[in-house]
Amino acid sequence: MAEALLALAGVNTHIGQYHILQGVDFEVPRCGLTMLLGRNGAGKTTCLRTVMGLWRASAGAIRFDGRDVTRTPTPDLARQGIAYVPENMGIFAGLTVRENLVLAARAGILDDKRLEWIFGLFPAMKQFWHGLAGTLSGGQKQMLAIARAIVEPRRLLLVDEPTKGLAPAIIANMIEAFRELKRTDTTILVVEQNFHFARALGDTVAVMDSGRIVHTGAMAALAADQALQTRLLGLSLEAHQ
Amino acid sequence: MSPGRRIDWIPLALVGALMLAALPLVGSAPTWVTLTVAGLAMGMMIFIMASGLTLVFGLMDVMNFAHGAFISVGAYAAASVLVAMRGAMQEASVTANLSAMLPAVLAAIALAGALGLFFERVVIRPVYGDHLKQILVTMGGLIVCEQLIHVVWGPDIIPLPRPATFTGSVTFGDAAIERYRLLAVLVGLAVFAGMWLLLARTRLGLLIRAGVENAEMVESLGYRIRRLFVGVFVAGSALAGLGGVMWAMYQESVYAQMGMQMMVVIFIVIIIGGLGSVGGCFVGALLVGLLANYIGYVAPKLALGSNILLMVLVLLWRPNGLYPVGKS
Amino acid sequence: MLHRLLSGDTPRSRVLAAILAAILLALLLAPLLFPGTRSLDVAAKVLVFILLVASYDLLLGYTGIVSFAHTMFFGIGGYGVGIAAAKFGPTWGSLALGSLAALGLSALLAFAIGLLSLRVRAIFFAMITLAVASFFQILASQLSALTGGEDGLNYRLPEILLPGTRLIEAPLLGVDITGRIASYYLVFAAVLALFLLLLRIVNSPFGRVLLSIRENEFRAEAIGTRTVFYRTAANCIAALVATAAGILYALWLRYTGPDTTLSFNIMIDILLMVVIGGMGTMYGAVLGATLFVTAQNYLQDLMKMASEALTGVPLLPSLLHPDRWLLWLGVLFILCVYYFPTGIVGKLRARR
Repeated sequence: MAEALLALAGVNTHIGQYHILQGVDFEVPRCGLTMLLGRNGAGKTTCLRTVMGLWRASAGAIRFDGRDVTRTPTPDLARQGIAYVPENMGIFAGLTVRENLVLAARAGILDDKRLEWIFGLFPAMKQFWHGLAGTLSGGQKQMLAIARAIVEPRRLLLVDEPTKGLAPAIIANMIEAFRELKRTDTTILVVEQNFHFARALGDTVAVMDSGRIVHTGAMAALAADQALQTRLLGLSLEAHQ
Repeated sequence: MSPGRRIDWIPLALVGALMLAALPLVGSAPTWVTLTVAGLAMGMMIFIMASGLTLVFGLMDVMNFAHGAFISVGAYAAASVLVAMRGAMQEASVTANLSAMLPAVLAAIALAGALGLFFERVVIRPVYGDHLKQILVTMGGLIVCEQLIHVVWGPDIIPLPRPATFTGSVTFGDAAIERYRLLAVLVGLAVFAGMWLLLARTRLGLLIRAGVENAEMVESLGYRIRRLFVGVFVAGSALAGLGGVMWAMYQESVYAQMGMQMMVVIFIVIIIGGLGSVGGCFVGALLVGLLANYIGYVAPKLALGSNILLMVLVLLWRPNGLYPVGKS
Repeated sequence: MLHRLLSGDTPRSRVLAAILAAILLALLLAPLLFPGTRSLDVAAKVLVFILLVASYDLLLGYTGIVSFAHTMFFGIGGYGVGIAAAKFGPTWGSLALGSLAALGLSALLAFAIGLLSLRVRAIFFAMITLAVASFFQILASQLSALTGGEDGLNYRLPEILLPGTRLIEAPLLGVDITGRIASYYLVFAAVLALFLLLLRIVNSPFGRVLLSIRENEFRAEAIGTRTVFYRTAANCIAALVATAAGILYALWLRYTGPDTTLSFNIMIDILLMVVIGGMGTMYGAVLGATLFVTAQNYLQDLMKMASEALTGVPLLPSLLHPDRWLLWLGVLFILCVYYFPTGIVGKLRARR
């Protein structure tokens, strides 16, 4: 397979006086879905934000499709084809669903066929097309956030905890949507705490602890090894079913 | 009040309520008409001066205490043009007057906007994110600007008579309404309508509205929000300059402290409206303008303090202003 | 001994210590060293502003709060004395009453402002204090029956403080010991005592908590500090000291009016002094006030000479016109905020 789409080498990030990322090394292979797992406070969100340029890496290198992007400003990263869905979803509550999507479409207009596909994944988007995004339910907001990230083809999706706070039925819907996404040639990196969700979708997995990557490998291997799961992720994983 | 779907009518209704409540207190209908137009005119001018500041704060999280400098500079720039074109101003023809006023307004907008550009780049950019330093630095900027005005234009007050076709009043029945005030109301409505359309219908407006809520997310969507910041800051400064011209012609004089003196009223208006809300600023400005004129007639002793009392009442009702801007 | 008096907060720089000692000596011996009426006025004003600016430093430099209502507390002190002396006669009793009333009102207002607005963002707080101060200014000029309106209040003081009173028959060291001298030393002693008190406060555990809140409010909250309480307390202390400064100024001038106390220009002056002198140092207030007040009175003469010498040169004469001294101070102020946040004191300490 070709070189990894995203590669982090020795990435360190300091927030104020706190040393959050302490030498992160891992790769995200092309056209698959990589899960980034770990306990609370391990540094997963910081990792995504550093890749996206929202926080500056104090040391190390980040390469996207072979090019060094460690110091690239956030808007330029987005223009290179990286879409970011933050933990708090980042939807614009005062704008309508339509306006949220239009804004995300850098071409300025929405492609009809693409839109139909998105409506297929997330029917609620069509239903609330002219409604204010702030009036959507939690699950619908999450769908909007992801819809925004895929409103145009992107090379890499960075998604931070898409299932947080969602009911199981919605999570099932989400799994279906992500399975659809995997069929496109988008590479996806998802930060998750829900192991069920991770196991259902992940091709490769990386586990973080205390600002470092402590395990990488195939998801299937991790899924089969109960002892390893407990060691890496603690007892919390079974609770997230 | 975001130019989106559901409009919250209550604050807008307050304006109407205030106007109606004032009628019995004022007593005579013609006087009421005069006062109402005066109040609306004042409100419109304050809106023009204040709208830039609230938008800049909403979008960039920067409170520019030197905003008053843009008002003064705009007024002075226009004054220079108008004094040079005194002849055209004194002619009793609308075209002649406009031939002087339009360049004056353009000069005001241009100089204020240019000063804004300089300010954003040199004074404010180094202190993004540090509110304490912002307050200090922009206060310093205000002092320096005011002093520089003295250096360039001298310390004297410059008288600024209104254009010939906009002096005096028109009479509707028993009510006398100053022509200039009508002009101010029209200009104010035009500015508000323009801003509303920009924010509601254009892609730029979409960006601004989204940026006010969550600038970081807008960046993550691929927009170079720094450029947007500069643009909005310059536009806000230019608007302040326009407000300055209008206010100067209203008072018929130009002096260096003009801008600084307006700052308290402007702050009160944007706090009442909700920091970051253009619609709130509009309603707030109208309320302040109307109240000042009504109370000035009915209970003059209370007039100066009435704004602050209004602010306290509004904050007790809605602590984040009439139209709070939801920030993520 | 000196160490304890200064609560351990020594100048930490030989140059700074020398300057401070010189200022102290100059102020102590002012009636002797600078006999004219004007010079003693300048010295008294320096003293009052040292105290006023030091109280503002507690707020801005140590707690990190920008407030534009400080002149309001200054004014309350001034009007407390003024109204008491003008309406109830120039006795010690009425002065004491006026002072206590002023201090009480200030404490109440500072407490209210603190609790209501310190929960909100710094910018909101700054704007609210501006509005409140403005309201107070309007109030003072409107209630002219009580406050003398725009003209202010002129009043007499107890005999011992009046310039006409001779306390000692023969001149001492060439100086007439009048009530004016007595007034001056009253102001001097009070300012010295309160300044040392402020030093004690900022170097106490309370002061250290303030600094920790200023550094990182989130962290302070996280470890359990009730920041609202501390910041309100700092607000109250600063207000009380400012009121005291107002009381002293009113005693010295035998006049209180909106220009001498409530004007926004004074607020700006305070800001300039505290930043140029050095925020968060207390000694910065001493340097800043001395520099500013003497410049205000004497630099303008210098500038006038320079301006006249340069007539004919474009722009320079107006830039150097004595009325433009605020321009240069404003520029210096801005430079200090960017590059020297610890002001002159910080610079001196860095050089050691």
